[in-house]
Amino acid sequence: MSEAVTPLNGARYEGLAIIADAGLSGMITLRGDLSSKEVKAAVKQAVGLGIPAQRQALTGQATAVLWMSPDELLLICAYDGVAETIAALEEALKGQHFLAHNVSDARAYLHVSGAGARETLAKLCPVDLAPHAFTPGMVRRTRLAQIPAAFWLEDRGVFHLICFRSVADYAFTLLKTAALPGGEVGVYR
Amino acid sequence: MLILTCPCCGTTGEETEFHQGGEAHLVRHGPGSTDDDFHTYMFARENPKGAHFERWRHNYGCGKWFIMARDTVTLEVYGTYPAQTHEPPQHIRERVTAKRPGWTWRDVA
Repeated sequence: MSEAVTPLNGARYEGLAIIADAGLSGMITLRGDLSSKEVKAAVKQAVGLGIPAQRQALTGQATAVLWMSPDELLLICAYDGVAETIAALEEALKGQHFLAHNVSDARAYLHVSGAGARETLAKLCPVDLAPHAFTPGMVRRTRLAQIPAAFWLEDRGVFHLICFRSVADYAFTLLKTAALPGGEVGVYR
Repeated sequence: MLILTCPCCGTTGEETEFHQGGEAHLVRHGPGSTDDDFHTYMFARENPKGAHFERWRHNYGCGKWFIMARDTVTLEVYGTYPAQTHEPPQHIRERVTAKRPGWTWRDVA
């Protein structure tokens, strides 16, 4: 089997914020009725987490569940464990109307951290990223300059950002440019 | 610039995160309809100075369609409601009436 590589292949930049390739990660899109007990049980069984509230993320040990839309979740798990997780979901949801699909290789996954992380993202996205407005556990799907992207904030202050694989280089260069030293705005200090 | 709140995911975002999808509540007339009906369906659109009803999609967010009642003059958003609605709901009409007494839009008032 061919060796899997991320689109950014370990790229890293340290400026006002640290922009880093998050490495290989398993991602599964799950669509279905999020209020049903079957979906709840299936997610619990597959990644050991519950169903997050609207626009929220739940994070576990190397797993996460993100609320993407009223009928869509994104499950994050180990890259090698995707097939197994999908099999578990399919087994648990047998007979239900749902879709579970491996999108691991369709996405680029970045970490934006450091003191200037909020400011770096705020330069590019039309989102209120003030510490009181965007709090840990929140998920936001939005526009990153010219591309769609989604990010969520982890408890330790690290932003996890995903976008389409085909625009990985654009996203990385964009974030890098926004984090160039000398470009401080200081709006969130 | 409009600041909009998506009724499907609750996100408040600015206009560029959304996309306008034309006039709401159009009645489709396809093959077999009269020329007049088809003409109305295809070409006749409202161009109001005041309350307007439009389809919008949260393109960069949850990707869902919804209908929005807004004012083309003041840019005020009167409210949003599900895309699966055939005519403006009563509470939206009341809100428009409060701001623009005597308003009309197509045959709705």
